[in-house]
Amino acid sequence: MDVMPKWAEVILVPLISLLLAAILSALVILSIGEDPIAAVNLMVKGALGSTYGWGYTLYYATNFIFTGLAVAVAFHARLFNIGGEGQAMLGGLGVALAALYIPWPHWTLALIGAGTMAALFGAVWAAIPGWLQAKRGSHVVITTIMFNFIAAALLNYVLVNVMRPPGSMDPASARFPEAVHLPTLHELLAPLGIAFSKSAPANVSLLVAVAACVVVWLLIWRTRLGYEIRAYGHSQPAAKYAGISPVRITMVTMIISGALAGLMAINNVMGESERLVLNATEGAGFIGIAVALMGRSHPVGVFFAALLFGFLYQGGAELALWTSIPRELIVVIQALVILFTGALDNMVRMPLERLFLMFRRPGPPSPTPETEPKPGPRSAQSESAE
Amino acid sequence: MTDTAPAIELKGISKAFGPVQANKDISIRVMPGTIHGIIGENGAGKSTLMSILYGFYKADAGEIFIAGRKTDIPDSQAAIAAGIGMVFQHFKLVENFTVLENIILGAEDGRLLKPSLSKARKSLISLSEDYGLNVDPDALIQDIGVGMQQRVEILKALYRQADILILDEPTGVLTPAEADQLFRILGRLRSEGKTIILITHKLREIMEITDTVSVMRRGQMTATVKTAETSPQELAELMVGRKVLLRVNKEPATPGDVILDVRGLRVVDDKGVERLRGIDLQIRAGEVLGLAGVAGNGQSELLEVLGGYADGTGSVMLNGTPLDLSGKKSDGQSRRARGVAHVPEDRQREGLIMDFQAWENNVFGYHHDDRFNSGLLMDHAAIRADAEDKMARFDVRPPDPTLAAKNFSGGNQQKIVLAREIERNPDLLLIGQPTRGVDIGAIEFIHEQIIALRDQGKAILLVSVELEEILALSDRIAVMFDGQIMGERAADQTDEKELGLLMAGITDTENEHSVAEVEANLARAGGDARKEV
Repeated sequence: MDVMPKWAEVILVPLISLLLAAILSALVILSIGEDPIAAVNLMVKGALGSTYGWGYTLYYATNFIFTGLAVAVAFHARLFNIGGEGQAMLGGLGVALAALYIPWPHWTLALIGAGTMAALFGAVWAAIPGWLQAKRGSHVVITTIMFNFIAAALLNYVLVNVMRPPGSMDPASARFPEAVHLPTLHELLAPLGIAFSKSAPANVSLLVAVAACVVVWLLIWRTRLGYEIRAYGHSQPAAKYAGISPVRITMVTMIISGALAGLMAINNVMGESERLVLNATEGAGFIGIAVALMGRSHPVGVFFAALLFGFLYQGGAELALWTSIPRELIVVIQALVILFTGALDNMVRMPLERLFLMFRRPGPPSPTPETEPKPGPRSAQSESAE
Repeated sequence: MTDTAPAIELKGISKAFGPVQANKDISIRVMPGTIHGIIGENGAGKSTLMSILYGFYKADAGEIFIAGRKTDIPDSQAAIAAGIGMVFQHFKLVENFTVLENIILGAEDGRLLKPSLSKARKSLISLSEDYGLNVDPDALIQDIGVGMQQRVEILKALYRQADILILDEPTGVLTPAEADQLFRILGRLRSEGKTIILITHKLREIMEITDTVSVMRRGQMTATVKTAETSPQELAELMVGRKVLLRVNKEPATPGDVILDVRGLRVVDDKGVERLRGIDLQIRAGEVLGLAGVAGNGQSELLEVLGGYADGTGSVMLNGTPLDLSGKKSDGQSRRARGVAHVPEDRQREGLIMDFQAWENNVFGYHHDDRFNSGLLMDHAAIRADAEDKMARFDVRPPDPTLAAKNFSGGNQQKIVLAREIERNPDLLLIGQPTRGVDIGAIEFIHEQIIALRDQGKAILLVSVELEEILALSDRIAVMFDGQIMGERAADQTDEKELGLLMAGITDTENEHSVAEVEANLARAGGDARKEV
């Protein structure tokens, strides 16, 4: 771990992974007779070239920040929460219930109320697998995957049989009332004199997501709970020795993780579609895993990784629109990025570590404890016997 | 020097792992038919050197000569072909195979097992007789004791026609009686012309059995001497590089009130096996109770239940008030609140979070203390300052609180744990294997700390598999066997022999007992448990 300096660990490794994914993607695009350079240009222009593009990129990034944080928090306790998708779906249900059945006087209150409901629903959906893990030893990976399917089926049922407005053929809830409309970036930035695209979906939830990054950072690195979560994640026997309850940490961590995933619904359900539709999450729960992996489970890393994936999503959509590159290939490109930054992390890291070792050897010996002179006069000894 | 070529000669062996020079220009000559000891502190490079000899690592520089011929050892197959056999500290045996099956594993000839088995049986019986190994070829590994398992490892090497045997810390899991038997076998092997390299950190073993001894310190061979011409004191100095106190200086204890009173304590593990079968013991203020026993006879469970992270039944009084042995009030936090500090047996698994920095480990278990928190958030500045202070007082090297625990040596890791637990001023200190994997220099310091705490009037429960340590530190010694206390002795009125018999579950310590009897007893009860350790 300490082989590489921190900047290499945090920046160089993901950058090289990304480069490899890009090269392979370029080859894929070449092989179907398209120009990769033009494709990159189009992606950059489409995702970052206009406030419209930025609006979409940031909208997707907001989703990914929430799900990425959800996975990251669970990672710190060595829990692999793959259920972000289902938890976000349930969060959507919570938002829809709050928005449709409570008359909100103002969007700020609606945001707080619906956000609480979203977090609560997501938390409950994660708490069940958490409880099964803590008390019954059912592996959280398996149960959270299964809970994704249950969530999808549940939503299907609710939308078709309960929430669908009479006469509608669409398995979706009614449109939310105007009072719960969240201001978009266009509306937020207009008073400041900044012109932002009117039709882009990025909205005030982005600020909530950024705030969530700060809160998660505080939680993990500054609070006792975060300390216990990390301790439990690193060594369960040690946590037991210190009197940290495994049941409590597992439950609390899953609840926080589920709440974060559920909170995503304020962006996609409340901020964008303004009604609950089937498959509103669009796989953001799974992208969150890649985002957390790439972001090293650190809120800052999650933020930037989410931006990157937002760019890929929006750029990919543009690519599908303007070129003959089929939609499926764009998914392949996104998958390559996930593969290289997430799953194949060690492929890049190991050679890089070796490289660093090689460069280090001829230099002055680094002060590892083994090379430090050990015995010597020990002045502190008499004091410590106190 | 005679004209015969040395059995093994190493010339200028060097090996580096990244920036760490594990072996530096090491040369040894070991003559055939001798026992050569290699002694050194943890991390001195003994194991690396032997791994190079056995083909696990490739040396960066240097040459190996076997019986005068330059030999390349790229892998363990080549080492075996060159006549080198290795007995590892952790045995490499298949538990549900018989002795015979384990012996031929990897040395089968042909596709059918039968011919190899019957061939092996013949040679096994003759080997066993030649060297007095006394091993039943058809016993399952899981049914035999640790001592016999070790002899199976030796047989494995002999079956592969090893002329050179390397034993890595062979007595770590043995009772004194078993260790004595091992040394008799090694003596017999020597007289049959085998060459033996014994790696150990125990001075007593070196003095008892070896002909020559090499001392390693920080990757270098600091000396090679004839055992008959040296002393433990000199060897210890060579190992550490300065004068060392081998004995613990302590005044007789002045025991006060009963701090810990344990009665009828029982613990049943997850599998339903009763690990503690009715323990009674008392510890007074200002005394050290040493708990001796072969690892796996319930000592760990006793520490766990007293430390609050295993459930038990029975009665435990601390300062006259009962401790909860299960339920909500029975966890590490509650115990600490009651003044029980615990230095766990396995500091790397339990006592420390290896990836946490030293200052984070400094409050591990005490992280709810008011002085380490301000409001909702932890007070990092206060924790760091406290860590720096403790590291200075306990002479942790390097004194850098931002270094991860895994980057400290074993001794310094232990000092971090000790500082955390002792500085809390506990009424009762539970301390397991205080010096396991700790170098001699740090052992001396740790022992001083334990005695100092005792002299402040604290009660100390010391668990160690090192009898020497138990004898040196304890005021009273209780011996555990198979989840029970076999007997209690005053430390100054007993010896290793008597304790060794108690450790094997033999309470009748007046009469002579054969090694076979000890072994049978251990295999029956303690043997199984030991394998898990």
